Amino acid sequence: MAEQVTSSNPGRYATGSAATAERLITRIILMGVAFAFLAIFLVMPLVIVFTEAFSRGLAPFLENIADPDTLSAIRLTLIVAAISVPLNLVFGVAAAWAIAKFEFKGKAFLITLIDLPFSVSPVISGLVYVLLFGSTSLLGPWLKMHGIVILFAVPGIVLATVFVTFPFVARELIPLMQEQGTGDEEAALSLGANGWQTFWFVTLPNIKWGLLYGVLLCNARAMGEFGAVSVVSGHIRGVTNTMPLHVEILYNEYNAVGAFAVASLLAGLALVTLVLKTLLEMRYGAEIAATRGH
Amino acid sequence: MSTTPAQAGWRFKAPSVIPGFGLTLGFSLAYLTLIILIPLAGLLWRSASLGWADFWAIATDERTVKALEVSFGTAIVAALVNVVFGTIVAWILVRYRFPGRRIVDAMVDLPFALPTAVAGIALTTLYAPNGWIGQLLMPLGIKVAYTPLGIVIALIFIGLPFVVRTVQPIIEEIDKEVEEAAATLGANRWQTISRVLLPGLAPAIVTGFALAFARGVGEYGSVIFIAGNLPYVSEIAPLLIVIRLEEYDYAAATAIASIMLGLSFAMLLVINLIQSWSRKRYG
Amino acid sequence: MEVRVSNVRKEFATFPALHDVSLDIKSGELIALLGPSGSGKTTLLRLIAGLEEPTRGQIYFGDQDASHRSIQERNVGFVFQHYALFRHMTVADNIGFGLKVRPGATRPSKADIRRRATELLNLVQLPGLENRYPAQLSGGQRQRVALARAMAIEPKVLLLDEPFGALDAQVRRELRRWLREIHEATGHTTVFVTHDQEEALELADRVVVMSQGRIEQVGTADDVYDHPTSPFVYGFIGDSSTLPVKVENGQVWVSDRPIGLPITSGEPDGPATLYFRPHEVDLLDDCGGCIAGTVVASRRVAGTRRVELEIGGGRERVEIELPIEHAATQKSRIAFRPRRWKVFPTA
Repeated sequence: MAEQVTSSNPGRYATGSAATAERLITRIILMGVAFAFLAIFLVMPLVIVFTEAFSRGLAPFLENIADPDTLSAIRLTLIVAAISVPLNLVFGVAAAWAIAKFEFKGKAFLITLIDLPFSVSPVISGLVYVLLFGSTSLLGPWLKMHGIVILFAVPGIVLATVFVTFPFVARELIPLMQEQGTGDEEAALSLGANGWQTFWFVTLPNIKWGLLYGVLLCNARAMGEFGAVSVVSGHIRGVTNTMPLHVEILYNEYNAVGAFAVASLLAGLALVTLVLKTLLEMRYGAEIAATRGH
Repeated sequence: MSTTPAQAGWRFKAPSVIPGFGLTLGFSLAYLTLIILIPLAGLLWRSASLGWADFWAIATDERTVKALEVSFGTAIVAALVNVVFGTIVAWILVRYRFPGRRIVDAMVDLPFALPTAVAGIALTTLYAPNGWIGQLLMPLGIKVAYTPLGIVIALIFIGLPFVVRTVQPIIEEIDKEVEEAAATLGANRWQTISRVLLPGLAPAIVTGFALAFARGVGEYGSVIFIAGNLPYVSEIAPLLIVIRLEEYDYAAATAIASIMLGLSFAMLLVINLIQSWSRKRYG
Repeated sequence: MEVRVSNVRKEFATFPALHDVSLDIKSGELIALLGPSGSGKTTLLRLIAGLEEPTRGQIYFGDQDASHRSIQERNVGFVFQHYALFRHMTVADNIGFGLKVRPGATRPSKADIRRRATELLNLVQLPGLENRYPAQLSGGQRQRVALARAMAIEPKVLLLDEPFGALDAQVRRELRRWLREIHEATGHTTVFVTHDQEEALELADRVVVMSQGRIEQVGTADDVYDHPTSPFVYGFIGDSSTLPVKVENGQVWVSDRPIGLPITSGEPDGPATLYFRPHEVDLLDDCGGCIAGTVVASRRVAGTRRVELEIGGGRERVEIELPIEHAATQKSRIAFRPRRWKVFPTA
């Protein structure tokens, strides 16, 4: 919209005329307030993670990382993410295809349901599985009889993570694919492509950056989830501890350097996520859904 | 694509030449049901099977009430703080040009990307009495870590991007003509902002508030480190759920969870109603 | 209020949007700024309003230099192309806004503001819509409210930026008449921007034709249509046909022949371009001093026939209008002479 206004006069609004800009002093104060706020609430927490992690130098940092329990936590976190992200990826694509390419009754309700996990406390996300599979549940005795272990083991952790990260991919793809409409797919079909070919050669290239964006956010949350996983994990050191849970254990054992060393790995992951996210937005902003919130 | 309504009557799905509807919708529904709906329904069913008397006893237990008060109270305060500062941050990101703007813009998403446990221990270390910020506040008699104030700090961190990312696109969409119109009519800058622009942003600000609030109420990881977790004082409802679970008191955990879910959904519903009302009215 | 624009130049970054523009607007006049997009007409309007500051030059309101007065102090009524109504305010609150934001001492009472809004709604022929919201109005109604809002502050001058640009043709014509009536009733000095020549010619007392940041001509509708002073104006307003010619010995020549158009206003000898209106031509039987050509295309346009002629062995083509009875068949030869015309030296 802005383009048509400015096309005749490049830069008309670039600086903002006196009518639509604050006075310099106001601007300085507002920016000062905003920067101070962001510095205190965003920058300092990030900085202190790394400062604390390296507060005794590099050797203790490496020692803590190389600890077998830490390594096993890292392994478990990677395994959990490697299972739950693809699951939600497949779901996200399927749900977005059904919702964006077709008109059917109850669509708005379905979208609301997909968003549901965002409004549920992580602790409750874990609790529901405890209630479902715990020894007092209907399923509990049956599971026990058949020797199936879900709670306080990897399957429970995966389920809780899948619950928490459930909407991420679908949420990126639905608005994006709705905006793109069905014209391309109809064209491909009319040219003789079958459904899979249409998806593979036409739809997927159109949504690949949005898909990557969703996967990125999904992965960050999957690796970092604490509350839900904490409820179902049982906190068995070296067995059912993910990285965030391991951070808690180390911290509660007053091993600050160890806690922050593991935390710094997770913070590094967050930074990489932010950088990739920003790069994706800069290069493929138009190809990623307009809705950036979560 | 279009239906022929005269003959079609009620039908579940509009006709389309695109394949895969049954497969994708079927899979989505099955997955949704297994992962989300059955577990949540299980929670509600458990809660319903408690019986009213038991449920009421848990709900009115003083520790439960206090924990809910702490959770909802701190979430409201933090969301209000975020409304003020988040709107300012969104404003400067859209309207002002300064070096490093992209970096600041990217940083706003840090709370989305940083695992909550990491945020929790970082904030606790900062605000502990001997921490960078804590030692500055100590002489002023302000204690943050291990008090409800600490919970507010953690929830401000968690909720900030919700407000910024909801308000920012709406500021981007503000029609310059509207601001110019206010100025030509004699309004000074403050009058233009307070009477014309902010009312226009109000629905987005309310949404941002609601999202930050909803997230804050349920937040666990970043809070438990800094809160001190003193029962009746700085114990949040999600933590109480965890404690009850560890005591194998599934009934209490279920009841508290149901209350939290109910309150959060009621709140979101109210906000949705406000929004659809304002959309209808202002277009 | 008289408005005088004196040697104003406006640059955006380094791009000049206006070069040294001067314009006198008389009190009570209805003026149209007409030009293609990028001609600087909107920039000139925004400079008068104070929405932009001139890079150089002055703008006077009456005797006072208003160039550096803030927009709030200028007291101009500005109507935007997309209405710019405040969505969250009722129609009455929109109209009353300019009065409500006045400082305490000069602010009318709430009842007075309300009364004024009702009066203005009656003036713009929208009685009874006080409590509607902009979203509930049609485009034409919104633009009327926008005008009422601009007039509420008793502006010294009314400025309208493409006021009808976003409306469909039917509503445009209706609002055009209505604006003329309002202007006659209130007598505000009014400047409006348009790229629609029909709108400018029909509505304005005087039309300012602009191109590439310069004023090409200022004059009444008759002036700019019948006596364009530049090739741009000739080409931009109304239909025109052009033909490369040569001026020599007080005559206009096409290739090696004079075409019976004697020079009267002293155009210099040399290559030039002949401009005339396709419908202002006399058909001639034989050709001793005229333009003659072969019909290469003929189209029926409403009540006339438009033919394209090849002149001078196919090097040039011109369009003229014929009565529909005329049997202008392919390859037939037609001779004509423009009734009203002008030559401009080729730069």
